[in-house]
Amino acid sequence: MTDVIEQVAAAPLGAAAGSPAIETVNLSKRFGRTSALAGLSMTVPRGEVFGFLGPNGAGKTTAVKLLLGLLKPTSGEAWLLGRPIGDLQTRRRIGYLPELFRYQGWLSAREVLALHCELAPLPRSSWKDEITSALETVGLTERAEDRVSTFSKGMQQRLGLAAALLGEPELVFLDEPTSALDPVGRHDVREIIRGLASRGTAVFLNSHLLSEVEQVCDRVAVVDHGRVIASGTMDELLSGTAVKVRVTGLDDAEKARLASFGNIDDEGDQLTFTNLKPDRVPELVAEIVGLGGNVFEVSPRHQTLEDRFLQLLEEEEK
Amino acid sequence: MPPTLVIARLTVQETSRRRLILALIILTLIVVGFSAWGFRKITTVTNSSGSTLPPEQVALITSQLLIVVTFMYSGVLALSAAVVAGPLISSEVESGLLLSILARPVRRSEVVIGKWLGLGVLVAIYAAGSAFLEIAAVDWATGYVPPHPIQLVLYVGAEGLALLSLGLLLSTRLSGITGGVIALVAWLMGWIGGVVGDVGTGLQNQAVENVGVFSHLILPTDLLWRGAIYAMEPDAFLATLRAAGTVGRANPFAAVDPPPLPFLAWVVVWFGLMLALSIWSFRTREI
Repeated sequence: MTDVIEQVAAAPLGAAAGSPAIETVNLSKRFGRTSALAGLSMTVPRGEVFGFLGPNGAGKTTAVKLLLGLLKPTSGEAWLLGRPIGDLQTRRRIGYLPELFRYQGWLSAREVLALHCELAPLPRSSWKDEITSALETVGLTERAEDRVSTFSKGMQQRLGLAAALLGEPELVFLDEPTSALDPVGRHDVREIIRGLASRGTAVFLNSHLLSEVEQVCDRVAVVDHGRVIASGTMDELLSGTAVKVRVTGLDDAEKARLASFGNIDDEGDQLTFTNLKPDRVPELVAEIVGLGGNVFEVSPRHQTLEDRFLQLLEEEEK
Repeated sequence: MPPTLVIARLTVQETSRRRLILALIILTLIVVGFSAWGFRKITTVTNSSGSTLPPEQVALITSQLLIVVTFMYSGVLALSAAVVAGPLISSEVESGLLLSILARPVRRSEVVIGKWLGLGVLVAIYAAGSAFLEIAAVDWATGYVPPHPIQLVLYVGAEGLALLSLGLLLSTRLSGITGGVIALVAWLMGWIGGVVGDVGTGLQNQAVENVGVFSHLILPTDLLWRGAIYAMEPDAFLATLRAAGTVGRANPFAAVDPPPLPFLAWVVVWFGLMLALSIWSFRTREI
């Protein structure tokens, strides 16, 4: 078996300055018979916030680990900031918050960040400012001297985010960055991501929290069973309209007869028809009434990322 | 500071902050205190005629007891090295702690060597410190000093390093508990293999003697322990052992000769192989 990481690319750093932040060509990973990622091909330009969506086990974290050189691809190629994945020098310019975030409990928050400054490696003269700024950004200034073992899960995730921000990286991987955070923390993370984007840092956001992705991402890719099933800008992805209908008196067989109006997200008395054009709404209502249903509310609205996501997954399963 | 030394420093810092070093220091001081008191008793104990023991008999008894006490120290060192090294990498892989470190410009070989170095420094300091304290205590209590104290420290320290190297190798693939247990069992099996080899020597049976040779080749901890014993044996005792012929060699707490030079050269190669295997194993592991 060959080395999982650690390549030394021949090209100088400057040669890759105009290259995309991330580029993959048929990147695949198998674990035994299981395909964790199947032929991922994508390009993430510099300065873009890219959302990587998918249900649990879809292959999102596998993709991030492959890109960071923590896993070895079964086939395919990928480049970060213009250099092959696994290149040690490129890692100086990358920040990473793992999904499984854990830091040395016997160190203080400041010491953990100093460790990452040292490993990055950043000039020692910049450590103090870098650490102070990162702690302030994630709201941990007051706890800087406390041992990490005394931190809540959310605070540890904030610390991980601070570590990922050190040294003004050109590309930041955030793997489920708000999984342990409260609503205030989630809002803070969105602000941090916007801040990164405004200074030209590319962000690869791995998440299954769709509203979060919808609010901050320029483009998204939806992955399921290791394959990208849709990708594009938010406008490209969310071009349809969803219609929510509050209705009673329909059994499952009658609901099934409404399938011609589009994919149905059935939540009992509430049916959401994804990707249904507004001009077909009267026809839909007439059909429901004809089936004996009692209509209490009909509300057409623009498709949300969640609507589109569920629609894509349903189409994928058919 | 190069990543290897950063990881080594972090390893020392962790054991220190987790109070392992403090616990070992306190335990060692207690053992040294008790053993000093015990050794002192040898000089005051009387024989059947009611008189205290002559100096040469005090030296002989002290040397033998010192071997037993040192066996305990080497055991503590080996156990500690195996138990600490067992989860050294695996626990950090399982917890995710290494993910953020390996995403930095850090080679996996630097992580392995750094951890080996950090723990190796602690093993060396413990071996030297505890040996110095114990020898000083015995010298104070009885006036006896083993003939080769420097070699004693080197052999005991190398035994600890051997267990550390084995534990670290196992830690690159197995969970901490599994790796630690395997390292401990291997250490005991190595000791038993050495004893079986002694029996072969006593019986002048080459096949049985080879069991000891092979076990020393696979895991040289028992061989190193024999070196430590040799470093503690006074000349008079050695002469008695040699006079006893092959029977004198069939004793797990005695050594007639120091470990042969080719064997010591093999130990150096063995350390290199273990480190190389650990690096290869960790570099090819997907985390």
